[in-house]
Amino acid sequence: MVTEIHLTGRPASPGLAIGPVTVLTATVANRATIGDPAQEAAALQAAIEAATAEITELIETMQGETADILEFQVAMLEDHVLAEGAYDAISGGAAADQAWRSALDAEIAGYRSAEDEYFRGRAADLIDIRDRVLARLSGVDTTAKIIGGSIIAGDDISPSTFLAVDWTRGGAIALAAGSPSSHVAMLARARGAPMVVGLGPLSWNGRPPSLALVDGDVGTVIFEPEPETRRLFEHRMAAANAARAAADARRAEPACTADGRRIAVHLNVAAPEDLVGLDPAICDGIGLVRTEFLFEASQGLPDEDTQYAVYRRILDWAEGRPVTIRTLDAGGDKPIAGLTVDGESNPFLGLRGIRLSLARPEVFRMQLRALSRAAVHGALKVMLPMITVPVELNRAAAMLDEEFAGLRAKGIACERPPLGIMVEVPAAALCAEDFDAAFYSIGSNDLTQYTMAAARDVGAVAELNDAGNPAVLALIARTVAAGRERGVEVSLCGDAAADTRLTPSLLATGLTTLSVSPIAVARLKAAVAKVGS
Amino acid sequence: MHDVDAGRAAETFVTLTGSAVLVNPVGLHARPSVKLTQCAKGFVAKIEFALAADGPWTDAKSPVKVMRVKAPQGATLYFCVTGPDGEAALAALLTLVHDGFGEA
Repeated sequence: MVTEIHLTGRPASPGLAIGPVTVLTATVANRATIGDPAQEAAALQAAIEAATAEITELIETMQGETADILEFQVAMLEDHVLAEGAYDAISGGAAADQAWRSALDAEIAGYRSAEDEYFRGRAADLIDIRDRVLARLSGVDTTAKIIGGSIIAGDDISPSTFLAVDWTRGGAIALAAGSPSSHVAMLARARGAPMVVGLGPLSWNGRPPSLALVDGDVGTVIFEPEPETRRLFEHRMAAANAARAAADARRAEPACTADGRRIAVHLNVAAPEDLVGLDPAICDGIGLVRTEFLFEASQGLPDEDTQYAVYRRILDWAEGRPVTIRTLDAGGDKPIAGLTVDGESNPFLGLRGIRLSLARPEVFRMQLRALSRAAVHGALKVMLPMITVPVELNRAAAMLDEEFAGLRAKGIACERPPLGIMVEVPAAALCAEDFDAAFYSIGSNDLTQYTMAAARDVGAVAELNDAGNPAVLALIARTVAAGRERGVEVSLCGDAAADTRLTPSLLATGLTTLSVSPIAVARLKAAVAKVGS
Repeated sequence: MHDVDAGRAAETFVTLTGSAVLVNPVGLHARPSVKLTQCAKGFVAKIEFALAADGPWTDAKSPVKVMRVKAPQGATLYFCVTGPDGEAALAALLTLVHDGFGEA
């Protein structure tokens, strides 16, 4: 009797798919005859050159990201360093295929052990290069013919294999290993092919499964679904496809409620790379730029010029639309080595956000200088996280004034950006009108957890952590009223903005600006259009 | 004789150094590595780079070696250039890194 196999991994490309399963297997034939070292070296050289020519030919039919990925493979193959170890082994008597395989396996191991997920993701490219050359050596075409529309299951998948599939007919990818930052994951997102990685060992007792359901939104795969499971999934798929098609068609249109209220939709971004390939027309501005990424990825703190360059790139992308950049929000669940305090008994109630910035002013002042310089290039606004009492805003404003004056005295191009606050502590929401802020931006994640006294990462109290609770909505409404009274803008940039079940309640508080991640824009605009009908 | 000549030839070119911070997302990954090596290969000068001012040095003309360094975003790249077109090479490389390899 067949039973369903439920596997959970990590989502790498969104969407739902159903289809027959194609299991990837490594089918590299062994070479029949082996010559002397000179012949083996010549065979390897010929195979490398043939593989390079093959990829170069493929590049001509590709564009953009896909072409870049293949150009990387060509650059690696053309570098004699890649095959150095293999030629050494051949002169010591090894066969060309074995020598090449062990040289590449050593290189691949180096990528697999990388700390950075992006570099780990490159292992798949090296495997691709390895197998292409091996195929040439053995004279066998290893790129299995995969029927369009199928669910490709395997340990990992190479870009070549991905590109050989006709994705216009549907299908998806389910991998035991793999990475959301792999080249294949990027290609899958670009082609709209659902993909789940990190499922763990795909072991089916002897016979491979015939059918699979892939949920690239949450990262689950069901092999051999029961008829009822399949029926429910197909139902969800149909609904999701219809909703997505309808929403995507209107993504670049302004958001309006059914009763004609114009709602501004802004983007939340964590790094400039989030904006790559996005049309600025889909949003009314950027409501939140988290700057933690600048500090996390680096060895040591980023200098002023580095920060300036990044801020400027974001402003250039926005083409004059407002861009709200949040100053470093470290501490709490976002520790930064060498900056945040270790071992606090309760980090969420400790030295985090603006509290840390005021305690470590040298880091904060550098960021304020970089922001003032970038402000020349667009409609930049600066937002302070975790503000609790007005004196914090006043101290930060004085520092901004000083840094701005210092830059101007040196003749450096700069502007003093408007300074606003995040409202995420109930104390700030209750007394919002007491702050001399240029704008308010409600951080619903922290506001909810502080109001409800329920952490987001504790499953046992997950139900209490509800941004739709009347107490949280009352604090939001209060902040909106304070903004209206003072004549300044109020927006909301937490996860609640993307939770379309909450859209009617949020708009009922008087909010007119919501900020969400790029992927949620179409869905939010569709939800806004239904409010007031 | 040979050694003396070689020494003199090398002395004709001062070794130039310079540094720039990697600002592009995810560091010196596939595309920037290719761009870096393509740029370096356009010059006859010997071009090496490192993540620290005192090495260890990596040949900037080899994409395989450049990728092995796995330089993350925010890292400082130190260049060490020797050759007849060293000055132009260093300027071109620093500009490339500083501009984030033309990535958005």
